[in-house]
Amino acid sequence: MTGARKAVIDSRANLPFVYRQYSPEQLRQVLHKMYLIRRFEEGAEECYTRGLIHGTMHLSIGQEASAMGICMPLAEDDQITSTHRGHGHCIAKGAEVSRMFAEFFGKTTGYCKGRGGSMHIADVAKGNLGANGIVAGGIPIAVGAALSSKMMKTGKVVVSFFGDGANNEGAFHEALNMAAVWKLPVIFVCENNGYGMSTSTARSTAVKNIAERAAAYSMPGVIVNGNIFSEVAEASFKAVERARAGEGPTLIESKTYRHRGHSKSDRNRYRTKEEIEDWMANRDPITLFENELRDFGFIDDKGIEAIRDAVAREIADGIEFAKASPAPEIATLENYVYTEHA
Amino acid sequence: MDAAVRELSYAQAIQEAMAIAMDMDERVFLMGEDIGVYGGAFQVTGDLVERYGADRVIDTPISELGGAGVAVGAAVTGMRPIFEFQFSDFATLGMEQIVNQAAKMRFMLGGEVSVPLVMRFPAGSGTGAAAQHSQSLEAWLGHVPGLKVIQPATPHDAKGMLLAAVADPDPVMIFEHKLLYKMKGHVPEGHYTVPIGKAEIRREGRDLTIVATSIMVQKALDAAAALEGEGIDIEVVDLRTIRPIDRQTVIDSVKKTSRLLCVYEAVKTLGIGAEVSAMVAESEAFDYLDAPIVRLGGAETPIPYNPDLEKATVPQVPGIIAAARDLVKGVR
Ligand SMILES: Cc1ncc(C[n+]2csc(CCOP(=O)(O)OP(=O)(O)O)c2C)c(N)n1
Ligand SMILES: [Mg+2]
Repeated sequence: MTGARKAVIDSRANLPFVYRQYSPEQLRQVLHKMYLIRRFEEGAEECYTRGLIHGTMHLSIGQEASAMGICMPLAEDDQITSTHRGHGHCIAKGAEVSRMFAEFFGKTTGYCKGRGGSMHIADVAKGNLGANGIVAGGIPIAVGAALSSKMMKTGKVVVSFFGDGANNEGAFHEALNMAAVWKLPVIFVCENNGYGMSTSTARSTAVKNIAERAAAYSMPGVIVNGNIFSEVAEASFKAVERARAGEGPTLIESKTYRHRGHSKSDRNRYRTKEEIEDWMANRDPITLFENELRDFGFIDDKGIEAIRDAVAREIADGIEFAKASPAPEIATLENYVYTEHA
Repeated sequence: MDAAVRELSYAQAIQEAMAIAMDMDERVFLMGEDIGVYGGAFQVTGDLVERYGADRVIDTPISELGGAGVAVGAAVTGMRPIFEFQFSDFATLGMEQIVNQAAKMRFMLGGEVSVPLVMRFPAGSGTGAAAQHSQSLEAWLGHVPGLKVIQPATPHDAKGMLLAAVADPDPVMIFEHKLLYKMKGHVPEGHYTVPIGKAEIRREGRDLTIVATSIMVQKALDAAAALEGEGIDIEVVDLRTIRPIDRQTVIDSVKKTSRLLCVYEAVKTLGIGAEVSAMVAESEAFDYLDAPIVRLGGAETPIPYNPDLEKATVPQVPGIIAAARDLVKGVR
């Protein structure tokens, strides 16, 4: 290690939260996973374009720091509910990309045995209770999971991810109120990417910041730059501490941006090319984090190259695994509708 | 262009109907999620916002319950809203206002008000959108007195029935199968209506009546064409409206053919097929039956993501052919 770099690390006290809280190895792992999310979605998109995956998908490219930052302080058995834009959440919570690809290919080795696809991607073993096809559908479910945690005294914290569009559903308001009244260990994470499909928050939402909704339910409302990993992780860390201490829920608004269209059929008529290019060129969360890591001496170009190579292999292997996996038999069509009896 | 052969897609036909309705009556307006600049999730509203402005083509927040209720409130006080649910699955979020309010308001207030409301529901499977974006929930609403529920199966009917719905003083729920949106067909220019509550015989035949709804009408016609070569002569009845249902057309057809096959995409049990079967069994047509009544409907499962499973979940042409052949040949 060069003397200059050692000096930087020694003076970690002045660095942003995550550089004080986590080891260099943990932080390199975060970069690895951000790349994994990005390349997974690019890979899925390419498979879709080539007709290997059907249906539609909602890509979270540009929102990786938000998913990673929120999940950073979570324990393996903490739980999340996710959204239609849920690939990043799934990977951040520990899912394997091979089984995610298998799900997208509709195979039995997929996380939902080929029944759910992109919009219902889940990894229950890792605490991901599922993406959701219904906007705001996961929010009350997270509150229910937090109620279980409290009643069963498991100590689990639950995170509910949702978009800015979800804050105008009744379920959001009902869920926040119950969580606050019952002081449940739940964290509401609004990933505000500026639009619900084509509708900007300015056109859909009466408050300027969705975090302001927290006041109506007497919980802290925190705004973070969702493209800066450290900011997101710090807010999540505090909310997790508060939840574990039995002090109740927090609403975190993570301001971010999706680079891609809403889904595969979006013509982007509601936003300008300049706006999209600005976010991509100047506020890309992976670039921002990577530069920070490099500047602070936590990684060098060779290390970054190694991460990119490893991720590329994981993605290629994952796609191969998915292709080689068996499809479900038609005879199993009505399986899993009800609980099987042994 | 020769007006007699003008063709539009099902989606274009609906869009044209909405434009005509707005031209004819300034109380008509559209509400829904992403129906403005986005043009609607299935491009049904298209560029209407450019032609009629954002005051008449209103993008709502993602608030189905509130949005549906606002439409009810506007309808009851003099406006004529056409409310688009982005997917019919989201009717589940608006159900309170549809079932408890829109359907019952006139009745509960002793006829003092009407609720001239049109709601549109893109429905059905076949797009790989999985369990929460592929359902066929029309029978849920068909179970509610106070609502009218229609399922146009052709571009022609999509336009004419929407215009009939807008003119109707009561709430009309329109279920549009998403796979029909691109279907092309003859659509007359200008204003015309296709009556709500009237089935249509799409093909005459002697051996078997297939009563089908929505996308299953075309599948039934394809099956009938395939069986022609085997000397099996099928009559296809497009039900078009499930509430109020056209009993007479169905009963008359079964009296003629003596056999009944019901084909619909929604889950088989407790659905429209049960209603049609019971209607026939309760009528004088019962005595004409030469074979048991058969229903082909969706499997007893949510719609799966895997494309082969998805296809296997709902009736397809080969299955209809097999069922029709068995019925006519007396195998069942
Ligand atoms: C109840 C419900 N209404 C509408 C939709 C259709 N829809 C899916 S995602 C979406 C936009 C959601 O916006 P937001 O919550 O901001 O999440 P984002 O897509 O931006 O991540 C809409 C309207 C849905 N899936 N569920
Ligand atoms: Mg959004």
